[in-house]
Amino acid sequence: MRFDYHTRYAQGFALLRHPSDWLAYGSLLAALLVLPLVASTYLVGELGYVLILCIAAMGLMTLTGFTGQVSLGHASFVAIGAYAHAWLMAQGVPFAASVPLAALIAAVAGLVVGIPAIRVHGLYLAMVTLAFAIVVEQVIGHWRSVTGGYMGMVVATPRLFGWSVGSPRAFYYVCLALCVLTLVVLANLMRSGLGRAMTGVRDSEAAALALGIEVNRVKVGAFGLSAGITGLAGALMAHHIGYLTPDAFTLLLSLDLVLMVVIGGLGSLRGAILGAVLISLLPNAVSALKSLLPTAMARQSGLEIFVAGLVLALFVLFEPTGLNGRWLKLRALFETFPLYRRDTFRRQKTYMKSERNR
Amino acid sequence: MTNALDLFAQVTVNGIAVGTIYALVAMGIVLIHKATEVLNFAHGDLLVLSAFSAWALIDLVGLPFWLVVPLVAVGIGVLAYGIDALVVRRIAGQPQFAGVMLTIALAFMIRGAVSMGFGTESQSYATPWSGRTTEVAGVAIADLSLVITGTALLIAGGLWLFFRRTRLGVAMQAASQNQLAAHLNGVRVKRLNSLVWALAGVTAAIAGMFLAPVTLVDTSLWLITLKALAAIVLGGFGSLPGAVLGGVLIGLIEQYAGGYMPDGFRDIAPYVVLIAALILRPRGILGEAHGRRV
Repeated sequence: MRFDYHTRYAQGFALLRHPSDWLAYGSLLAALLVLPLVASTYLVGELGYVLILCIAAMGLMTLTGFTGQVSLGHASFVAIGAYAHAWLMAQGVPFAASVPLAALIAAVAGLVVGIPAIRVHGLYLAMVTLAFAIVVEQVIGHWRSVTGGYMGMVVATPRLFGWSVGSPRAFYYVCLALCVLTLVVLANLMRSGLGRAMTGVRDSEAAALALGIEVNRVKVGAFGLSAGITGLAGALMAHHIGYLTPDAFTLLLSLDLVLMVVIGGLGSLRGAILGAVLISLLPNAVSALKSLLPTAMARQSGLEIFVAGLVLALFVLFEPTGLNGRWLKLRALFETFPLYRRDTFRRQKTYMKSERNR
Repeated sequence: MTNALDLFAQVTVNGIAVGTIYALVAMGIVLIHKATEVLNFAHGDLLVLSAFSAWALIDLVGLPFWLVVPLVAVGIGVLAYGIDALVVRRIAGQPQFAGVMLTIALAFMIRGAVSMGFGTESQSYATPWSGRTTEVAGVAIADLSLVITGTALLIAGGLWLFFRRTRLGVAMQAASQNQLAAHLNGVRVKRLNSLVWALAGVTAAIAGMFLAPVTLVDTSLWLITLKALAAIVLGGFGSLPGAVLGGVLIGLIEQYAGGYMPDGFRDIAPYVVLIAALILRPRGILGEAHGRRV
């Protein structure tokens, strides 16, 4: 059993609470670093994509999980990041400068969408972001001079300080580095004053306001930050796809991102990563499942979407805290082994609470 | 000059015809939202399911159109009742976001099941009014559009009477205003909520069966949910007359944007209106204003 016995104030908000965590995360990182040396090129390419989705999911988690602002249109920021990056690369901007610039452009777009967030909340905000994503998709399709419209747009091979990082292995390391960077920045942000302010806005806007937090500024800032991180993922995704068309950034991508965040568990970075890994592995799991089914059923194309829906429904109904919550319960079970009580995590009985007059 | 007028009249008529379909879909979503505070993202997929079922019954089984309409309407109604009674009811008390996620999950499952069961190809079926037009004051109107508009207005009127005049309707209103108070007065809130889902399912089925012959029987039919959302927001969230008004307005705006504005505006006009309406007047045209409660 492990006790949180603190002897110094700083231990209360350390990045990792226990020395064993350093060991665990260190060995995970080492494994991820060594993996490309042994795995096949295809697998490395897919893992790079999973890392990109992890970044995007962390971006959405910043907004939905930490600040409590729902967004059903985050694919638009992925698209803005991807197209901005591809366009900047085509203008001759080097990769190392183009990626942050693309993230910045997406962040500015996020600030613009964040301004309505001051006036609307909850479902209404979900609809504003949904509508924004559809508008962005159409604008990309019709703005041929910059985006190539529905014909598409080629993305140049990335070069970093003179080396080509276009191969899946090299690009995997770029993705890994940026993913770890994002994770560390966000983990540190969430234990700073600003992160606490964001959590405060999520839990009670009125209480946050009463404590002197500028709620509107935090909300809009969270939108900008979230869009920036998602745009960063978009810039990387541009290279993964290689050829950009508006079809890559539809509503389904937005919903996939929301799925990752919800299934992972709202309000935790670990959840964002677990969710991204699970959702990106789901198509592979389904195609493995298909080989077990009768051929007539296996040939139909609706199974992927059905399974995705089923997984989401089961999580919403039976584990609202997501994979992260399940992880915490498992860990508590092992740490307190003979003394584990299920009721520790039992939800309080709640009654219908109207959000109509909020 | 008469040419421009003719065009305007034609576009207006088309707009109203499309708009009443949006209104029909929007009414179903508003019904559920008013009663249970769940924004039903699966509504469009009930439409898809009803359209495919109608196609299968008409073209594969060979039943007459008039038999299929009540059959599918009742079937979808029962399904919607079951969805609420077995699944959606369980998340009462959780934040609104849980409802959104659950209905999105249901939407995925229905869409997946439809493309597994009926295939992914677009289909079409004939109705008694297919291919016929009526000319009113020089404007050609498809008979099907007239029937759709008539049906939608009939349903809107029927719902209005139902909520004003019947015990069940009044009980539903009471439950939607305050579930606890309604329950204490002897209203069976759980069963009523499921009945509201069934009612909304029936409107979705009718909308799906009449819309599919106009467009095509296809899984992309669910996208109409998004336009219905624009209609709901424009008309005022949680108001049935608002949903009808908003639906017709969105239909008109869409058709005018398609007729008079450059290529591409037709597809984004409803969403631009949605964003503008939410920012400028979040309570919509006919919505009630609420104070903000801490």
